[in-house]
Amino acid sequence: MNAALLWDSLPSVAAGFGVTMLMWLPGLALALALGLVFALLRQYGGRGVDAALGLVLAAVRGTPFLIQLFLLYYGGPLVGIDLDATSAGLLGLAVYGGAYYAEIMRGGFAAVPRGHLEAAVMAGLSRAQTLRRILLPEMALLILPAAVNMAVVLMKETAVLSIITVPELTMVITGIGSSTFAFTEAAFLLALTYWALTEATGVAGRFVERRMAQVRLA
Amino acid sequence: MNATLFTLLLEGAAITAALSTVSVLLGFALGALVCAAQMARPRALRAFGATYVSFFRGVPLLVQLLLIYNLLPGLGINVPGTVAALVGLTLCTAAYQAEILRGGFQSVPPGLIEAGQMVGLSPALILLRIRIPLALRLTLPSVVNEAVLILKASSLVSVVGIADLTRTAQNIASSTYRPIEAFATARALYLALNAVLIGGGGLLSRRMVHGR
Repeated sequence: MNAALLWDSLPSVAAGFGVTMLMWLPGLALALALGLVFALLRQYGGRGVDAALGLVLAAVRGTPFLIQLFLLYYGGPLVGIDLDATSAGLLGLAVYGGAYYAEIMRGGFAAVPRGHLEAAVMAGLSRAQTLRRILLPEMALLILPAAVNMAVVLMKETAVLSIITVPELTMVITGIGSSTFAFTEAAFLLALTYWALTEATGVAGRFVERRMAQVRLA
Repeated sequence: MNATLFTLLLEGAAITAALSTVSVLLGFALGALVCAAQMARPRALRAFGATYVSFFRGVPLLVQLLLIYNLLPGLGINVPGTVAALVGLTLCTAAYQAEILRGGFQSVPPGLIEAGQMVGLSPALILLRIRIPLALRLTLPSVVNEAVLILKASSLVSVVGIADLTRTAQNIASSTYRPIEAFATARALYLALNAVLIGGGGLLSRRMVHGR
């Protein structure tokens, strides 16, 4: 067992972990924001925008994240989008996640009970007020489990960023593996770290869900 | 994109399709076993099932593939890369399919099982004639969805050197210096494969619902 070798490289592992977090959390925030923009455009943009955006987003969801990263990172510079690996990775995560979140949020909007919207009309709320006070909060509650699930998916997708040389956890640890020949130990350490992260995210998600269930009853 | 290069991409697509199909089918069989373990009475079996599902759903597929690639030779098992990739994809999709199947079994209405007991069916017959057929019918859409995810995830085997669609596109991109054509064409082929999968799944589920 070459665990000692891995212990020696703890600082670089920590740095890789930091980069993973810096990809995941801002990527997640951007994906949520983009998803909301897409979902709202589909909801209020008219039939043409809805259909066109639906097709584009389905194409994003229907192709591997890796292919999209390659298209962005290697193809981008030819059309004037010259990004370094980290920015390309972040943008890729945001677009890929956004396409999924748009679909999740669309489902959430559709699941808001019609009666609540009719009540809003009866109470004299404007369209903007209905959106802000009724549709958005109810949608957010409805999509919570699916949104947490997608956040875990995005966390796992950050490992793919190592392929376009983003110095995140997977790249750092496989690098240590090849420089020390402790490949298997490195891969184990990597798997355990991700396992702990995704489990922790799941636990946090369920905690928030329970809290929100109480909010809903109140 | 000239015809020769396109043919290369089609060959890559065939490998992608074959790898995903085989691993989804094998994964279904393994997933059924894991699901049975999760629903079994002995606590050790349940714990095994739950840990299996949690691990293979909680670790990125790329990391699982790296693990298997390094672990198998370490254990003295020397298999071709394609087999290792297949093992990785199968182990991963089995965890997802076990969860899907478990959901399916849980959604079988208890009234139907009770009706089976009332007419005197043995537990084995209830399983065979009521629970399994209904669970399969209920899970088909999710299994198709999982197949789409595996088709996409199979692009990661390119990292360990399998000449699948993604790897072929990469090779073409680096030899022609035209990444956009290569990756955009590969992307279109992935979409086409997925369209076939979703179309076939829809056809199959209509047959299963109206076929009897």
